[in-house]
Amino acid sequence: MNPLALIGDLVRPALAPFRGHRSIAIVVGMALLTALLPFAVTVWPLSEVQGQKVWLDGFTNAGVFMLLAVGLNIVVGLAGLLDLGYAAFFAIGAYTYAYGASPFSGNDFPFLPMLVVGAIVAATFGVLLGAPTLRLRGDYLAIVTLGFGEIVPIVFLNAEPFTQGTNGIGGIYKPDLPLYGTFTLLNPWPFYLVMAAILTVVIILVYKLGDSRLGRAWMAIREDELAAAASGINTVTTKLLAFALGASTAGLAGVFNASKLTIVSPDQFLFTVSFTVLAMVVLGGMGNIWGVTLGAFILYTIQAVLLKQLNTTFENLSLPHPNFVQYQFLLFGLALVFMMILRPEGLFPSQRRKRELHAAEELGDEEVAMVGADELGNADPSTSEVEL
Amino acid sequence: MSPTATEPLLHAVHVTKRFGGLVAVNDVDFVIPEGSIVSLIGPNGAGKTTFFNIIAGIYDPTEGEIDFKGRRMVARAERVWLEPALWLLPAIVVGVVAALVYASTGTQIVGAVGALLAMSTLIVLLLAAIARPIWYQGLLGRLGIFRSARPNDMVVAGIGRTFQNIRLFHNMTALENVLVGMHSKMHAGFIHAMFDLPLDTREERASAKRAEELLALVGLAGRGGELAKNLPYGDQRRLEIARALGCDPALLLLDEPTAGMNPRETADVTALIGRLRRDLGLTVLLIEHDMRVVMGISDRVTVLDHGERIAEGTPDEVRRDPKVIEAYLGAPAA
Repeated sequence: MNPLALIGDLVRPALAPFRGHRSIAIVVGMALLTALLPFAVTVWPLSEVQGQKVWLDGFTNAGVFMLLAVGLNIVVGLAGLLDLGYAAFFAIGAYTYAYGASPFSGNDFPFLPMLVVGAIVAATFGVLLGAPTLRLRGDYLAIVTLGFGEIVPIVFLNAEPFTQGTNGIGGIYKPDLPLYGTFTLLNPWPFYLVMAAILTVVIILVYKLGDSRLGRAWMAIREDELAAAASGINTVTTKLLAFALGASTAGLAGVFNASKLTIVSPDQFLFTVSFTVLAMVVLGGMGNIWGVTLGAFILYTIQAVLLKQLNTTFENLSLPHPNFVQYQFLLFGLALVFMMILRPEGLFPSQRRKRELHAAEELGDEEVAMVGADELGNADPSTSEVEL
Repeated sequence: MSPTATEPLLHAVHVTKRFGGLVAVNDVDFVIPEGSIVSLIGPNGAGKTTFFNIIAGIYDPTEGEIDFKGRRMVARAERVWLEPALWLLPAIVVGVVAALVYASTGTQIVGAVGALLAMSTLIVLLLAAIARPIWYQGLLGRLGIFRSARPNDMVVAGIGRTFQNIRLFHNMTALENVLVGMHSKMHAGFIHAMFDLPLDTREERASAKRAEELLALVGLAGRGGELAKNLPYGDQRRLEIARALGCDPALLLLDEPTAGMNPRETADVTALIGRLRRDLGLTVLLIEHDMRVVMGISDRVTVLDHGERIAEGTPDEVRRDPKVIEAYLGAPAA
């Protein structure tokens, strides 16, 4: 039996009391994780890698990508629309905050309302960019969204009078919260906690969406668009809503990231961001919200911590070594290739995806069973029975 | 009960569909009286499914029109040139008003907000033109603009359908399939779902109950939790009927509901169709190859061959029609 399934079996009974109260379970789970992580990193060997503050800062950045992954999961995982230009909405959220609170624009709107504004602006652009792609499917949709993903940063790059081009908009104001005051560069805690809160709320909302009438409509469109239309689903509005809600999550992430980095520039939103987030969704397990969140966390940590640590370890041992950080995309690529061969449903798949991807194998198993299982000594009957 | 006495539920006039040079359906007139079971038969490639898809809103006919419940659903587009005016005029009006206010007061904010408003009016209307929600259709109707209904509009109007080759949502459960079928009868939007508003929770509960009832009606009681693809073939056909019933249709379109079934299953489905008319007051349009089903259950039978209607009448009349015999068996040698 594979270890992940084993962990699942161990965890499931522990979660039983929360069944039917998933929102509470999510809040409790996220609160526990948020509380435990800062202490976990003070324990050896993690404490050797970097200080607690640096860890927290890293977790906050990971949170941005987790948020992006959850949002992209709505579009790709739930509605089945392959979007290769997701970073565009991240950029739009970030620039929205830059216009809302920076010396460049002269505005200084507070952080929390700007989160909502960023989400709404990004959602609007999600609809606008989604509308021309409605008749497209599969490869064609991917190419058009890829195009949008390229267009948006280039517009920000070339609209110099409005965006200061390559230099980007700097000096963006840090967030301030009503009771707390303004965040500072030296204290990573408020960013960390605010990120955890945003993530918790978004995960709960997306879970609710997935279970709703709209979530069912997305699933139906993913499975068979014509049959969905013939069941009374307005495929146009349903797809546009997927684009809008996915984009709004990226908008949130953009606002947060801009306020944390205090600068936005076009080179933060290149194709690599879209690609990284998509890799996180695919590796984590398309369609499964926890899966993509964990996938994002793991990938980001590998990228930001593990590779750097490898460099320092090799340096400490004074061994010759390549710069591992430069090889991160090679690693992502390899991970994706092996994943597609070995476990196409991702690390933590949703049950539904698993069924879709293993449908062919299951049929194979049934045929084997019909031939007679006893003739094949090594046939594992459990695999075919679980799904049946 | 004499179905011919009532006003027809669906009325198709001069329906023609050409695919390039191929005339799939040629000038077919067709009437479905309310409460009747009407069958459409014909040899393979006669244009039955094409005609069916036109009624379901999937194809637009090349010519002809279809009225459903006295309302025109499908026809040639009319006064479409007026539609761009509908998009532009409101935006222009908003823009002009904003410009006037700006000119009289001179505050920059007013100008900016006005421009933004004008632009968003235009965008909203353009998006509405793509998505065509009900209110936009009403707006079009008031301006005398006509565009054929889309498949989902047909469902909202009250036409449910099944497919010749089963098209269930295979990786969803039977219950979820029926719930998707009930989509047009439900109203909770994403805001309701996100924040657990009472409308959503109440509606979900009521819909799940109704879906169970529909499953029981087609003989799948208690099987709601099973994945659609794991159901036996005959049950998948039944589930498709249950999904089509989800929208509370007045007219049910069944495309070869007994294809690939054994005689016993066929008899069951035939009985089910009869029961649907009796219990739910449904009108049924049936495409079927099994003559026992067609002759046993239909009030009227229409025969298509090479896209043309060659006969129409009661099962007995059609059975004796020499043209029908010729279409199926070929002309006598003599």
